[in-house]
Amino acid sequence: MRILVCVKRVPAPGSRINVTPDGHAVDTAHLGFTTSPHEECAVEEAVQIAEEHDGEVTVLTLGPPEAEEQLRYAASVGAHNLVLIPISEVDWDPQRTASALTTAIIDLESADGPFDLILFGNESADAGGFQVGIRVAYALGRPVVNGIKGIDVANGTASARREIDGGFEVYVVPVPAVMGIKEGINLPRYPTMKGRLASKKAEVHSAVVEAAAGGQARVRLHRPVEQVSETVILGNGPEAASAVVDLLEELGVLS
Amino acid sequence: MTLLILCDHDRGTLAEASLEALTFGRDLAQRAGLSCEAVLIGEDAESAAGPLAAHGAVQVHLASHVLLTDYGPEAWGETLTQLTRSTGATAVMACGTDRGNEVIAHVAARLDEPFVANCTNITPGDTWTMTRVQWGGSLLEDATLDAGHRLVTVAHHAVEATPTETPADGALVQFTPDLVAEAARTVVKDRVVLTQGITLATSPVVVGGGRGVGSEDGFAQLEDLAGALGGVVGCSRAVTNNGWRPHSDQVGQTGTRIAPDIYIAAGISGAIQHWVGAMAAKNILAVNTDGEANMVAKAGYAVIGDLHKVLPAITEEIVLRRG
Ligand SMILES: Cc1cc2nc3c(=O)[nH]c(=O)nc-3n(C[C@H](O)[C@H](O)[C@H](O)COP(=O)(O)OP(=O)(O)OC[C@H]3O[C@@H](n4cnc5c(N)ncnc54)[C@H](O)[C@@H]3O)c2cc1C
Ligand SMILES: Nc1ncnc2c1ncn2[C@@H]1O[C@H](COP(=O)(O)O)[C@@H](O)[C@H]1O
Repeated sequence: MRILVCVKRVPAPGSRINVTPDGHAVDTAHLGFTTSPHEECAVEEAVQIAEEHDGEVTVLTLGPPEAEEQLRYAASVGAHNLVLIPISEVDWDPQRTASALTTAIIDLESADGPFDLILFGNESADAGGFQVGIRVAYALGRPVVNGIKGIDVANGTASARREIDGGFEVYVVPVPAVMGIKEGINLPRYPTMKGRLASKKAEVHSAVVEAAAGGQARVRLHRPVEQVSETVILGNGPEAASAVVDLLEELGVLS
Repeated sequence: MTLLILCDHDRGTLAEASLEALTFGRDLAQRAGLSCEAVLIGEDAESAAGPLAAHGAVQVHLASHVLLTDYGPEAWGETLTQLTRSTGATAVMACGTDRGNEVIAHVAARLDEPFVANCTNITPGDTWTMTRVQWGGSLLEDATLDAGHRLVTVAHHAVEATPTETPADGALVQFTPDLVAEAARTVVKDRVVLTQGITLATSPVVVGGGRGVGSEDGFAQLEDLAGALGGVVGCSRAVTNNGWRPHSDQVGQTGTRIAPDIYIAAGISGAIQHWVGAMAAKNILAVNTDGEANMVAKAGYAVIGDLHKVLPAITEEIVLRRG
């Protein structure tokens, strides 16, 4: 079983997101970076399926050279092969990203055989375009479903569960297939010391791919208007309980 | 020329957000000089057509086919693509729900056109300019869109669904797409019902716990308080990552969006990704040992102190007053 996971390196902001003066990007001067949470879960899911079915997991990212850090993290939790499509811009638009990923996937498959499953995040944490995985799947002619919170693979089909209000929808999809994963499908493991050491030595393959820009272009990023409220401090410690319950009564939530 | 608006429905029950998309779309259509037409896909879709004319749909395209049984992203995407071609529509829109975004992405892939997701504002023209949501709502992006077919979704809650003053005609027009069996490989095969009743998303009271709760067992005090208030427990991602609570309790960008009358956020620092899930709460009470925590700064009310002492004291006070 061969599984591919596409992940994106994104900044990890704290209490607010600051934007660079030209408005083109998130100001990352004082920020760390991470993998989008949905994709972290996609990597974990791929590793679990590979463990069960004697498979191999490849992780692919398109990003700056530093995105190697996110690939190595994936290796530290069990991914086998790491591929980076290096770009020099901050971000590519979704059409361009999808086209480059598709080219890289076709190359990887022609060298080592098709991937039974290709996993994406439901949406990237930063851009949130809700489309890259679907574009890639269509270009490859494969079935794709988004929002997946459970996968069972057996006998050439993948049964996938998608959350809806108060329950699940079930899709039964022929393999090879593509899926967009949502956080909550599993609890990602933390890297072990051994995993961390191995990931330092893992080889990162570079796939240089060109792709034309799409029709959506960024003008600038900005923060939504925040309502600033004065915080009413009801007290310190347990003595505040009576003031809190007064408030609850006033708000009518104490029936 | 036409703007098609896909109306999301589940087995004939219209998604509330579809009327938001229509409200948004009819205004855009007017400014862009387009005819505003709704689209319903599926066997039982006709029963969802009721409110569409009142919300501005000049026509309602009803697409049906034996393969369009339940929801299916590929079948719906292929159907909407064919309808776009046959009507000569130059713009296609949906609401920014899971399904709306998914189906428009399928149309975009098939037409090889750009797709701008979750817009809050659009100015038409030769090139459209728009504002869209990034980071689950923590950040906005101004963008331009140049395309033969303009494909967009409307961010949920960007506008309030309102009927027009002069209802449109809303005549039903049948459409039969040309689908091959392959289009149905991703159709819903089965449904599993898990819970009914109040959920995190709909509860009027949510008691949320963060890393400050310290352990899985520590949540007993939050359960007690939530129980006393008839509410439910929520949590931060730090908590789910530690395995203290299931992900279904997580509030935030990659969790659930809540909108209770009051959110009691205990031991939660208030990271932006948590905040976007909680900011629709009518009132927020932060309980934190750190008076400088972002959650305290953003909340309307706060208690500074150890949640393990403060929360049981609140529960006790409630029980006391109830006698
Ligand atoms: C792309 C992305 C998406 C994310 N999505 C989400 C999401 O959906 N939801 C989410 O929650 N997070 C999300 N996060 C994570 C987020 O950035 C924060 O890491 C997380 O919310 C922190 O959780 P916390 O507030 O519980 O922990 P901390 O930030 O560690 O805060 C703990 C707080 O508890 C207080 N405290 C400690 N002890 C006590 C005590 N005894 N009594 C009272 N107070 C105490 C501390 O003063 C502190 O303020 C996301 C991150 C990224 C990068
Ligand atoms: N630069 C990238 N490199 C690798 N995968 C990506 C990249 N951008 C997006 N993806 C994948 O596509 C999914 C959807 O992205 P988006 O369409 O931006 O919401 C993400 O969750 C990732 O799995």
